[in-house]
Amino acid sequence: MAGFHVLNRTTGDRFTCQDGQSVLKAMEQLGLKCVPVGCRGGGCGYCKIRVLEGEFECGKMSKVHVPPEAVEKGEVLACRIYPLTDLTIECVPLPEAALAKQTTTKSLR
Amino acid sequence: MKKGVMRPGHVQIRVLDMDEAVKHYTDLLGMIETDRDDQGRVYLKAWTEVDKFSLVLREADEPGCDFMAFKVVNEEALNQLERDLVEYGVEVEQVPAEELKDCGRRVRFQVPSGHTFELFADKQYTGKWGLSSVNPEAWPRGLQGMKAVRFDHCLFYGPELAAVYDIFVNVLGFHLAEQVLDPEGTRIAQFLTVSMKEHDIAFIHHEEKGKFHHASFFLETWEDVLRAADLISMTDTSIDIGPTRHGLTHGKTIYFFDPSGNRNEVFCGGDYFYPDHKPVTWQAEQLGKAIFYHDRVLNERFLTVLT
Repeated sequence: MAGFHVLNRTTGDRFTCQDGQSVLKAMEQLGLKCVPVGCRGGGCGYCKIRVLEGEFECGKMSKVHVPPEAVEKGEVLACRIYPLTDLTIECVPLPEAALAKQTTTKSLR
Repeated sequence: MKKGVMRPGHVQIRVLDMDEAVKHYTDLLGMIETDRDDQGRVYLKAWTEVDKFSLVLREADEPGCDFMAFKVVNEEALNQLERDLVEYGVEVEQVPAEELKDCGRRVRFQVPSGHTFELFADKQYTGKWGLSSVNPEAWPRGLQGMKAVRFDHCLFYGPELAAVYDIFVNVLGFHLAEQVLDPEGTRIAQFLTVSMKEHDIAFIHHEEKGKFHHASFFLETWEDVLRAADLISMTDTSIDIGPTRHGLTHGKTIYFFDPSGNRNEVFCGGDYFYPDHKPVTWQAEQLGKAIFYHDRVLNERFLTVLT
């Protein structure tokens, strides 16, 4: 089968990413939700993952969420990485600010 | 407009890749590129706007909003507002004329939510794009994509809404059109206007300072919003939510992202405001309906995905 295999070690999900397709887009197209989806443009930092194994190319990402030292550790945004080999990834906890939910602004019906 | 602040004038947005961004704001939103400067910034306007630009794009390694500016009626009002801000204890910075091309001097200041705003009185008047000011036709030919009518407002996320309210309402002469109150009566969202529009700027409470939620552009009809949704799919543009209706302001809307992850809105309709109107209140318990009137549930992304 064409494409590269991606394993999310945190959730156990496996999916295939086509050549030139971002990891996040491949995941979304299969209806999986194992990485949070934000702006899909490298700007908001919501889909941060850690790549444990494999090679990939990076598109432009916000330096605030992905400083150069993070890229060296494989901490990147799933919306902006394009696999060159099979990948093993894991989820990275969201930063404090993203988790600090205003208790008054929870979704309510 | 009781203190002379007239309307939103421009917003400067940071983008990761200028070529991608210009393509997005021109081909998809239908704005018109009007100039570039030696810093590499690109100036754009929507077709009905009479001044030279309303959107400035700046390439940077972090997306978000540099500042939003309001146009005031004249230099005298600008001087008075500057004095009023200083007297109120707001630190102001002078930005000389021509720092943005063909724009007069700007008075820049930061509010406690961490956002930067500017006031200015002069900008080159270029008239509506593609139309004569004498016997004008209904619309110009050659518009692209969504054919955005005007830059309308921004929504910012940050703390200290009460202090921000004081500056906008008491110093700058805005009115509170709509608000969201939590059960203790604390305002967690404020929609402010200087015009007949339901909002010229809005703030939602968020712990982190200075975050940008979206820049919004006006369309004429619901059909235009649906057409915008079609174009978002045709171009495989990152969508957030919509088409739907807001409870707050009752505008009909769709949200999507520019290629750097800055959120955009195009919308039509919505309520109007006169200075004798009392604020409309939404209860925080009804926030889902207040924000997305049909789903009545918030998507997590709307609250937490910011640049």
